Amino acid sequence: MTTIRAAFLPLTDSAVLVAAREKGFAESEGIQLDLVRTTSWATLRDRLVYGQVQAAHMLAPLAVAVALGLSQQPAALAAPFKLNINGNMLVMTADFAAALDPDLPSRLADPLAAAHDFASAIGLYRRKPVIGVVHRFSSHALSLRYWLASAGIDPDRDVVLRVLPPSLMVEASRSGEIDGFIAGDPWPAAAIEQGLVEAVALGARIWQRGVEKVLAFRTEWMEDNAATIDRFLAALTEAARWCDDPANRAELAALLARPDYVDQPAAIIERGLQGLVIPRASAAPIEVPDFLIFNREATAFPWRSQTLWIYSQLVRWGQVKPSRAAEQAAASVFRPDVFRRALGASDVAMPGASMKLEGAVSAPIGVGAYRGALTLGPDRFFDQRVFDPERVADYIAGFDVPR
Amino acid sequence: MRIVIVDDSGLRASVLEEGLREAGYDDIHLVPPRGAFVAQIERMAPDVVLMDLGSPSRDMLEEMLLVSRALAKPIAMFVDRSDEAMIGAAIDAGVSAYVVDGLRKDRVKPILDLAVRRFNAFARMAAELNEARTALADRKTIDKAKAILMTNRGMSEPDAYALLRSTAMNQGLRIVEVAEALITASSLLGDQA
Repeated sequence: MTTIRAAFLPLTDSAVLVAAREKGFAESEGIQLDLVRTTSWATLRDRLVYGQVQAAHMLAPLAVAVALGLSQQPAALAAPFKLNINGNMLVMTADFAAALDPDLPSRLADPLAAAHDFASAIGLYRRKPVIGVVHRFSSHALSLRYWLASAGIDPDRDVVLRVLPPSLMVEASRSGEIDGFIAGDPWPAAAIEQGLVEAVALGARIWQRGVEKVLAFRTEWMEDNAATIDRFLAALTEAARWCDDPANRAELAALLARPDYVDQPAAIIERGLQGLVIPRASAAPIEVPDFLIFNREATAFPWRSQTLWIYSQLVRWGQVKPSRAAEQAAASVFRPDVFRRALGASDVAMPGASMKLEGAVSAPIGVGAYRGALTLGPDRFFDQRVFDPERVADYIAGFDVPR
Repeated sequence: MRIVIVDDSGLRASVLEEGLREAGYDDIHLVPPRGAFVAQIERMAPDVVLMDLGSPSRDMLEEMLLVSRALAKPIAMFVDRSDEAMIGAAIDAGVSAYVVDGLRKDRVKPILDLAVRRFNAFARMAAELNEARTALADRKTIDKAKAILMTNRGMSEPDAYALLRSTAMNQGLRIVEVAEALITASSLLGDQA
């Protein structure tokens, strides 16, 4: 038995790691998986960077930021496996959502209109809206900024973005510290359930196949333990399949609900797994089939184009100075080569390429794969832009940076 | 040198504060990580901020320091970035340090060293306290079981204890487990012990 310690945050998208441990997928590959619950992303990052744990359930942009030296001690991090796609929701208190379309399904269906409605109301609030984000370097912060800016809102000037760990968002909404927040399941759902907030936008409708959590290692440790990594990724693949199977949702929700994992009611967690979004307390649920994805469409495959998209946004917001070296460092965080090596002999559908145009697929499409049939779902950004990873600078130049 | 300790646990913070005072630092402030604590710290302009690693407020404080750095204040974080062993020890002890003045990191190292020692001492103290509490609770349970045997079977105290002990040995249990079983059984049978 090899022991791997992995740090995670209490979120529904820690499911693949939890299932790998609790359903014995890790054990049957000879891995004893110890899960270390952590409250803040800063602590999770430090535990990984300084070797207290070997693996971490990490925000993809945080892994990129650490590799670029933007977040504390710079370290070479590698992400050979994605743990999920999507799962985030932007919610606001009723006061701050009052300017938005009161018809909730149509509000959620049209993020562009919602952003413009919010922009036109900003002057009417008596102060800058305070919106909670889980970390400066999170997919949440990047998609929120993208959404705000689409309506001409400067996220650094017109609103206050306050960093709070996901599990504190509900309490901060109750105490009036924040007017809304964007976080992963089940925290927005829990805040809605308690009548504190209502849904404003879904991560899955801002970018239909948004990159979310990855499994991150220190590059050095990953290279030194190649055989273990291969077995670990095989175990996680089985776990991800199990998590995506509708037959297992109730059991998975019950597992995640335990106090040592997410510690929230199983019913709320299960709803998220089913892709049901209740946009306001006691409103009818809306079906969002791609609300949170664990396995289908090669979820786990770390497309290099996706780290480059993250890089493009860090540059866009002035968090990193554009350079060839930085672009390469960002691109090398995702490791499709390790994924291919580890799972090459398995029955996992293996994409033929390691980069793709992001945002170009509007209906499910079959793509080139070495083995198995691979269908990619629609991956549009709500503003219809397409990200070409070969032309990052042009893409960045295409945004009006509002300042 | 101004030191701010951000901590929820009054006991841990005071263990740390005491140690720092003994070491000759006297400008020490305790701030609970609630409400607008980040703004409060900013006003205090500390040279060093010490915080429990498990604190959910770490992200907020780190964000504040990043933003302040953008305002061109000299800020270093997590003590000297190059000293991995030191940071490793701090992580193990559960303390994270935020140094609010990159130029004085040499002065900060002894503080972090001390904080690590005090955090470890606190962890030991908490474990001992917990043990003592358990021992006390165990003794009360055993006393109650002895009283039941003495009342219902007219045994002397040493005999009652000897019976509990031999039963425990025969069944491979701890004495307190036998005592608990006896108390439960006795209450089920409606004995007034």
